[in-house]
Amino acid sequence: MILCETIKSKMEAIRSEFPTEQALLLPLLHEIQAKEGWVSEGAMREASEFLHLPLAKVKEVVTFYTMYNRKPVGKYHIQVCTNIACFLRGSDQLVACFEKKLGISCGETTADRKFTLSEVECLAACGTAPVMQVNNDYHENLDESSCQALIDRLS
Amino acid sequence: MSELFLTTKDQIADSHTLSVYRSKLQGYAGLERALTMTRDEVVDQVKKSNLRGRGGAGFPTGMKWSFMPKEPKHPDGSPKPKYLVCNADEGEPGTFKDRLLLNRYPHRLIEGMAIAAHAIGASRGWIYVRGEFYQEIVILKKALEEAYAQGFLGKNIMGKGFDFELSIYRGAGAYICGEETALLNSLEGKRGEPRLKPPFPAMVGAFGMPTCVNNVETFCSVVGILRDGPEAFAKVGTERSGGTRLFCVSGHVEKPGVYELPLNITLRDLISHCGGVKDGKKLKAVIPGGASAPMLSAEEIDVAMDFDSLMKAGTMAGSGGVIVMDETVCIVEAAARLLKFYEHESCGQCSQCREGSHWLARLFHRIETGHGDTKDLDTIARLCSNMAGQTICAFADAVTGPALSSLKKFRKEFEAHITGGCCPLKKPGQKAPHFLEHHDHVAL
Repeated sequence: MILCETIKSKMEAIRSEFPTEQALLLPLLHEIQAKEGWVSEGAMREASEFLHLPLAKVKEVVTFYTMYNRKPVGKYHIQVCTNIACFLRGSDQLVACFEKKLGISCGETTADRKFTLSEVECLAACGTAPVMQVNNDYHENLDESSCQALIDRLS
Repeated sequence: MSELFLTTKDQIADSHTLSVYRSKLQGYAGLERALTMTRDEVVDQVKKSNLRGRGGAGFPTGMKWSFMPKEPKHPDGSPKPKYLVCNADEGEPGTFKDRLLLNRYPHRLIEGMAIAAHAIGASRGWIYVRGEFYQEIVILKKALEEAYAQGFLGKNIMGKGFDFELSIYRGAGAYICGEETALLNSLEGKRGEPRLKPPFPAMVGAFGMPTCVNNVETFCSVVGILRDGPEAFAKVGTERSGGTRLFCVSGHVEKPGVYELPLNITLRDLISHCGGVKDGKKLKAVIPGGASAPMLSAEEIDVAMDFDSLMKAGTMAGSGGVIVMDETVCIVEAAARLLKFYEHESCGQCSQCREGSHWLARLFHRIETGHGDTKDLDTIARLCSNMAGQTICAFADAVTGPALSSLKKFRKEFEAHITGGCCPLKKPGQKAPHFLEHHDHVAL
């Protein structure tokens, strides 16, 4: 069971905030991903049963939003912004630096399942570009040496 | 230096806590005064301030509030609830002010929303925050707990018999959810696809009920207006757009960041205010209002940053995101980068947008990598004419902003790519950015 009692009770705690049960879908998927690291087919089935929604209503949401991982990711999910403001401040060099250091391309996970590297669209932190998000945390004002140091620290 | 309504000259430590917000920032004095007024009086104060929405469209806030029905009823005669929603799905490339407001002044947002809820008669509200803002959500949650504990939210707020429940809803990574009706669908646990309008959210909004949606900065601006009266706010800015605005300046400036400045500041002065172009380089182009705003060339920066002046200059004030590009930037590559973003973020509902953004991204990439054809330039214009104004929401119009403005103002650069067979600003042998390569083998 992916939907453990902890997740269920978290949902019960916020149920009264919404007029419909369906509104709990995004929060539920966030909880599933926080626990599992991704949203599997099985998790979608459990979510559809829990919220009394057709499976398609769950799947169409999971596939719409980019934050829900549809396959497992590494322990550290490195997401580098390559949108305009970060691009102007050298995000391409950061991506190249990560690819070289980790030996993987964007969208891939290292063999030891420690790092997944992704590109993301604007993270709304353009004043401190280039930026990236590693799991829940923003890292700002980056350069190649700070990225190398981060990988060394997390490795 | 003009008056500041949203930030302070020197940062105040722990301004996110209720105690500091109360003791140093006159916290909840605006709500206290608003609760002595009738709903109409509050709306009137906001109208007099000339506050215009800070999310992008610049619609007068007081007028938006006055569109909310007074006593909406279900067909059986029972009263319909009214809802208030804060759009904190900050995602327009170049915009990063809401993040600052959520981090430093979460209570000002809560106070502004409580004032708005009183003005429109809403019983419940949600703050829709983009999912990536994990730390901001942690701060905001704590602030909500404090506000509930101290009686600024919940039942009988400040002992005035006013009830308002407020909670957070976390998005999950979709630019389109910044569009208010897409946001409402997302809040309902659905795909964030924009709705056909009418009906407008004031009639049929969240969960089918009358709903008012405003941006974080708009709610925060309301607080000072209610606390000190609308005159001081209206006095700053221009006749038709009152107050200061948080300008987010990024790209090639010496001191990028969020600056609170009067709306009548010129773009030239704004760039100087940020220390000028980085490393003393020459300015090439500026996007003045977030990625969707048409670019301005270096010769066009003597324009005031208010909604009307920028519109007259053929662009828009949008979300206040100012992206500065120096002489080393290849405009074709910059535009290609933006179009790749739009291709990625189109929700896919309308064919003009879904297909158009895809084609444009490919065309721009093709030209950038030296494989373009002169007739591609006409195709760009033709595609754009079939997108703008043809779709459910304004996303397709936004796509045409960078596409058409870059082509119109920097046509020579496009032509140089086509005739030279490569990007003239790239060193020989330098390859196109890796992430665009998946477009390489697609023929149009």
